[in-house]
Amino acid sequence: MTQVAVDTGQVWDWLSKVPDPEIPVISLTDLGIIRAVAWEGDTLVVTVTPTYSGCPATSIINLDIETALRDHGIDKLELRRQLSPPWTSDWITPEGRDKLRAYGIAPPIDGTAADGRLAGRVARLAGTSNLVIACPRCGSNATEKVSQFGSTPCKASWRCTDCLEPFDYFKCI
Amino acid sequence: MPSLPDVMTPALETLAPAGQPAPAPQEANRDALVEWLLRTGDNALILGQRLSEWCGHAPALEEDIALANQALDLIGQCQLWLGLAGAVEGRGRTADDLAFLRDAGAFRNLLLVERPNRDFGHTLMRQFLFDAFHLELLEAARASSDPRIAEIAAKAWKEAAYHLERSADLVVRLGDGSAESHDRMQAALAALWSFTGEMFTDDDHDRALADAGVMPLPSSLRPAWDRTVAQVLDEATLTHPGEVWQQGITDMGGGKRGVHSEHLGHLLAQMQFLQRAYPGARW
Repeated sequence: MTQVAVDTGQVWDWLSKVPDPEIPVISLTDLGIIRAVAWEGDTLVVTVTPTYSGCPATSIINLDIETALRDHGIDKLELRRQLSPPWTSDWITPEGRDKLRAYGIAPPIDGTAADGRLAGRVARLAGTSNLVIACPRCGSNATEKVSQFGSTPCKASWRCTDCLEPFDYFKCI
Repeated sequence: MPSLPDVMTPALETLAPAGQPAPAPQEANRDALVEWLLRTGDNALILGQRLSEWCGHAPALEEDIALANQALDLIGQCQLWLGLAGAVEGRGRTADDLAFLRDAGAFRNLLLVERPNRDFGHTLMRQFLFDAFHLELLEAARASSDPRIAEIAAKAWKEAAYHLERSADLVVRLGDGSAESHDRMQAALAALWSFTGEMFTDDDHDRALADAGVMPLPSSLRPAWDRTVAQVLDEATLTHPGEVWQQGITDMGGGKRGVHSEHLGHLLAQMQFLQRAYPGARW
């Protein structure tokens, strides 16, 4: 049976309903890890980039994409890993950021990724950093970092000194 | 009863046949490339394994989680490097084969990363000394003429920059902390310093890759590392150890040439236990 090529816009729409396995409030397209959808002959090729090198969700994500697209009748499917350009939290969509905040995770602040230079670190140590992360629960800017890492590779642990609640901050990378 | 492996008879197929011409330059580069990929992948693997030993033992839950996450980043990077090493080598070995089926002498990691964890300060000092090197190495690798290296490095570099930020912060906070934490950090620095020289040694493989424009010589990474380390130790009120005798920097020794301390064997005994006990077992 010859498969009628589905419009790639339709495929993007299907993928926008596949939740991230670790943070199910956002979808794979919100996360910015789907880099391309294209037909190559009668095969649908979905290009995916990993978030962190060691993120254990990567294989689950591939399985979820495959399951979702097969459920929509795609028979010939190829998932392609693309490392370059490397994923950045800047690619999280505005809708994705809103969903993260509503879920209790402070979204990343673009342009504040560690760059290996010590100047930024020294500024933070000296208290002159202008990195302000608002508490996703009460909105207060009176927050402080607890640890550079959190419950998944993509998050850091913060706390609010106004409402006293701990919260996750989506690491900027 | 199964016999022990025969280690006395040379494996002839691995030796160049007598009377054959020297390998073509491309072949020589391939060997150098595999070595470099093993060195880079093994550094990440062995340090990742060391860090994961802290899981459930760190002084605070947040630190426990942080160390485990760093281990995860490193093991993820190791999968990329060792996967490429196996592909370039062309003998059908996967990243898992390379991680679980080699013995200590075939590992190419630096002596520094196999040092035991000891106390938390010691672990962090080791991490800082490595992170500062790792960042420079990956920075150079991002510009490699080999696009396979460049794309893995571009990804790993971001993670390494984040790791350095954390380890440098903690070295400063503990070095410039209480008298107890200061003394422990100074002791850790003294214990680890003689393992830092190996990071910047150049051998024939390094020179082959430098000549081919794949990677700069390790020695060229030293000035930037020196600057970072001096600045952080200064902020941490720790005394720079200065020039001291270094381990593993002669042509005869060093982890990057497969001559390891006894610690690596113990680490592998734990890491490779499952594959040793149940060869070929799959998850």
